[in-house]
Amino acid sequence: MTEGYGAISRRDVLKTSATGAAIAGSLGPGNVAMAQAQTAAPPHAAVSLKINGKATRLELDTRTTLLDALREHVKLTGTKKGCDHGQCGACTVIVNGRRINSCLTLAVMHEGDEVTTIEGLGSPDNLHPMQAAFVEHDGYQCGYCTPGQICSAVAVLEEIRAGVPSHVTADVSKPSPMTTTEMRERMSGNICRCGAYSNIAEAMAQVAGVKA
Amino acid sequence: MRPFTYERATSAQDAAAKVAATPGARFIAGGTNLLDLMKLEIETPTHLIDVNGLGMDKIEAIDGGGLRIGALVRNTDLAADARVRKDYGVLTRALVAGASGQLRNKATTAGNLLQRTRCPYFYDVNMPCNKRKPGSGCAAIGGFSRPLGVIGTSDACIATHPSDMAVAMRVLDASVETIRPDGTTRAIPIADFHTLPGQTPHVETALEKGEMIISVAVPKPKGGTHIYRKVRDRASYAFALVSVAAVIGKDGKGAVALGGVAPKPWRVEEADALLPKGSKVVADCLFAGATPREDNAFKLTLAQRTIAAVLAEAKA
Repeated sequence: MTEGYGAISRRDVLKTSATGAAIAGSLGPGNVAMAQAQTAAPPHAAVSLKINGKATRLELDTRTTLLDALREHVKLTGTKKGCDHGQCGACTVIVNGRRINSCLTLAVMHEGDEVTTIEGLGSPDNLHPMQAAFVEHDGYQCGYCTPGQICSAVAVLEEIRAGVPSHVTADVSKPSPMTTTEMRERMSGNICRCGAYSNIAEAMAQVAGVKA
Repeated sequence: MRPFTYERATSAQDAAAKVAATPGARFIAGGTNLLDLMKLEIETPTHLIDVNGLGMDKIEAIDGGGLRIGALVRNTDLAADARVRKDYGVLTRALVAGASGQLRNKATTAGNLLQRTRCPYFYDVNMPCNKRKPGSGCAAIGGFSRPLGVIGTSDACIATHPSDMAVAMRVLDASVETIRPDGTTRAIPIADFHTLPGQTPHVETALEKGEMIISVAVPKPKGGTHIYRKVRDRASYAFALVSVAAVIGKDGKGAVALGGVAPKPWRVEEADALLPKGSKVVADCLFAGATPREDNAFKLTLAQRTIAAVLAEAKA
């Protein structure tokens, strides 16, 4: 810091304390091995996957999540990072036909997998029916959770059609009905802090061909 | 997240042997819990052995009745299996009561049993936790204990086991089948699989170093009415405050186990025989010796009422 003590701004204090915390964190007594590991390049591994129909080969730090691989390496920034801990659903993508949290899986674990992101569902000129329904029903406000909501919604309808039971299925020995109650329960892993839930439910009902 | 090397396992025994022989090595399957904890540096493996390519994803009939569920069967697939839905409804019900659709698509049968507690003090690396850092103390005792355990706990740890599936497995008398690094296999009754904390809360299962779950077997169907009743702060996508898994016959007899109250699925076999006598005596038996705290004493009442609701549903 070049300024005198008396001239320290609030921003400088925040910067300093953040740096201090980082140093304490990386050089604390228990972290000698970590400090040594950081002098060498972290381990990398190769993975080949098909992203939105396109064969893609990546050489990645093994720690890279599928989410970070999509956003930072393939530059498909439609998929969003919300909580990064599998709690919010903003990172939802479809892998081999199933929706998953891309933040809670390592990219290197997906050798040969087919990944569909929001960019792969439709394009601005050719929207997926679920994308069009979200637009029609105002199924968003800020839009941050929307790619995850739409990927999840598309997969939810497939799950109901495939007969996967849910917590609200009255008789699990029978196939689940295509109802808004089923859809709402199955969307609980996608959080929308703007509160567009009822409009999302309407969009899904329209695509499913049922009454909202 | 700390750096780690990564390899794909070629066989179950090879994976077990490598985890036993390599310091800092861990299995990874669904990864939904392990990666969460690695990001927080609560788990710090230096080598990951990916077991996803090992098969172990089938549900097969066992001679004489029963099912053998591969360790890698995803929660969604186990819940949706026609045989499970028909004959082991409590298992399907428990599975779909847990997590979110996205997580159930990834989470495995074995990983579900091995998931770590969601005690907030285990997750907060700034606080002491005997489970995360043995000998550091327990911030939950004397802390905010509302979500935590009321029985089976110790003065070193009051964490609960978070699984719904495991509670259903407990009333079904499942057994956990494993392979050890030397290639030998064994079956561990679910009752003995999870261990109580005592003074070693960082030890959570009967597994030896490198020992890997290859399947979970459920015995032939018990018949009866299968119920899993989960009470939580939200209607969906939340861990249990209290849950009740029950299989109850027409005569009112059956089996009952609780989730959300203990470090393992909580079943007391003597309580099963008391089911025809009503929820009060069943709850009294299940909670004999309980050590509730101010914030979580409500769980005893809530569990009794949930048992009452389950018994009423079984009769209806």
